[in-house]
Amino acid sequence: MENIILPNIPDLHKIDVYELHGGYKALRKALEMKPEEVTDEVKKSNLRGRGGACFPTGLKWTFMPKQTMKPKYLCVNGDESEPGTFKDRQIFEFNPHLLIEGTLIACYAMGIHTAYIYIRGEYGKWVKMMEKALADAYAKRYVGTQILGTGFSTEIVIHKGAGAYICGEESALMNSLEGERGYPRVKPPFPAQVGVWGCPTTINNVETISNVPHIINNGWEWYSKIGAPKHPGPILVGVSGHVNKPGVYEMPTGVPLLDIINKYAGGVIDGKSIKAVIPGGSSTPILRGDQLDGVCMDADSMKAAGSAVGTAGVIVMDEDTDLIQVLTRIAKFYYHESCGQCTPCREGTGWLWKIMKKFERSEARKEDIDLLLDIANNVEGNTICALGDAAAWPIQAMLRRFRDEFEKRVKPEIVRVETGAVA
Amino acid sequence: MLSQEKLQKIDELKKKYPTTKALVLPVLWMMQEELGHISTEAMKYVASLLSVPYSHIFGVVTFYTMYQSKPIGKHHVEVCTNISCLLRGSGKIVNHLEKRLGMKMGETSKDMKWTLSEVECMGSCGTAPMFCIGEEYHENLTTEKVDKILDGLK
Ligand SMILES: Cc1cc2nc3c(=O)[nH]c(=O)nc-3n(C[C@H](O)[C@H](O)[C@H](O)COP(=O)(O)O)c2cc1C
Ligand code: SF4
Ligand code: FES
Repeated sequence: MENIILPNIPDLHKIDVYELHGGYKALRKALEMKPEEVTDEVKKSNLRGRGGACFPTGLKWTFMPKQTMKPKYLCVNGDESEPGTFKDRQIFEFNPHLLIEGTLIACYAMGIHTAYIYIRGEYGKWVKMMEKALADAYAKRYVGTQILGTGFSTEIVIHKGAGAYICGEESALMNSLEGERGYPRVKPPFPAQVGVWGCPTTINNVETISNVPHIINNGWEWYSKIGAPKHPGPILVGVSGHVNKPGVYEMPTGVPLLDIINKYAGGVIDGKSIKAVIPGGSSTPILRGDQLDGVCMDADSMKAAGSAVGTAGVIVMDEDTDLIQVLTRIAKFYYHESCGQCTPCREGTGWLWKIMKKFERSEARKEDIDLLLDIANNVEGNTICALGDAAAWPIQAMLRRFRDEFEKRVKPEIVRVETGAVA
Repeated sequence: MLSQEKLQKIDELKKKYPTTKALVLPVLWMMQEELGHISTEAMKYVASLLSVPYSHIFGVVTFYTMYQSKPIGKHHVEVCTNISCLLRGSGKIVNHLEKRLGMKMGETSKDMKWTLSEVECMGSCGTAPMFCIGEEYHENLTTEKVDKILDGLK
């Protein structure tokens, strides 16, 4: 399959080059359709969110109220901070107009007149690239009032974050946009009812939105036939860790993980064997290297294997990797990024990290293995947002699949000698 | 505390959001750009500029890791030590930096030239290990490359 999200076209970030390759044609086409028809097209295409949860995009759009006195908003999520994930950055850099065009079409479909593209603060350079692209799109009247001479108007605003993983969580993102600390909100109410500034809001990932122009241009039937039928389309897979050619690769969904590692990413360095793979960013459960046969990059296959697609950030670890060290670093990350609102997450992530450090130093007790699991189980499902779950899953999966690694790091038992009196 | 040009930009920004409070993050960015860090004075200034309580501004500045409430070195070296970087040798880069600059992670040099920080994933995992200095990403680092980059900084 040819690349369509990140095609190999020099200077595609320039608006005239983008136009020369059919850019903004989908917008024209969409504006000639009824908004409901656009949503319907996306719904039938089976596009699912690329932000982590694989939620059906068209269905999400239908949650937005049609009749409302309030303004409606679209938030495009470019917070991209899940460890192992570096794909949205490629879109900002190499195909910014695809994202802008997708944003406009989404706004038209949902009757939205203001969209915010929220980009993580660390991406200052890419914020500037997006701002340049947006200014060019404004100059050509693709964005703003009476777009392309129609009655439709939409403003797009780029909003820069300031360093906080949690702001990628949709309700924290909305708080951040409002000028608050990035605290997730209790759901329900859901954003489509009560979102940013109390108004109906849809949040979609950058890559998700970038699929939309292609669906409109080529039709849902075409799109739904790419890759895995229940989770179709092109997907940007970022491969990192111990591979020869790390990087972001565009491919249809459903490609076997082993092909991603060996064919796309050039195989493991020095031909070593794979000890473990984290398939979709740090939150997704780790897989054993000897259990990768038949595991593919789509929602169903990953679920069957006991993991998830997440952000499709594949982290490959070779046979010599110290998995306890890796897991300790993951635990530290969640402890650092917990916003502190809920007790199980705030306290639990701290304890998980502390105990992991004991294992890292080979100072843990045997009981600490069960303690880890107990804490993780008590965090999972008991918090306001999914960061708590994201902190628990890697621990639970590692205990399930690599228990021996923990056992090896238990401090040799101090044997207690019974000195009872002998009668 | 802000230039006329920036104040004008704030007026334009106001049109893009339904509330003034939404300008807290963008205006704090401007302050940091202008002053290098966001002092108590600066926080009070933003509070009155946007008509929000000082306590709110303080809460925001301390929540987000990229806002500096204290002066930092001229060159802020932020090293990612998260897993993809860890797997590709970020530990070596950290050691090398600490040795070369004679300071530990989290410290600022006395001459205010350097600040060293450990940071979470920067979205550069495919080009690990990495650090960034200011907005500039430096990727696929080796100790030799680190030396060259630091040598080039005045
Ligand atoms: C802790 C946490 C961090 C998240 N970070 C991001 C992120 O950086 N980017 C993103 O698109 N979604 C992120 N999400 C998922 C969003 O909440 C939301 O589901 C997503 O943006 C919806 O877009 P989609 O339906 O297009 O996938 C995060 C979720 C959680 C719980
Ligand atoms: S789960 Fe953690 S990050 Fe999410 S709201 Fe609770 S404390 Fe904050
Ligand atoms: S883990 Fe270092 S940039 Fe992602």
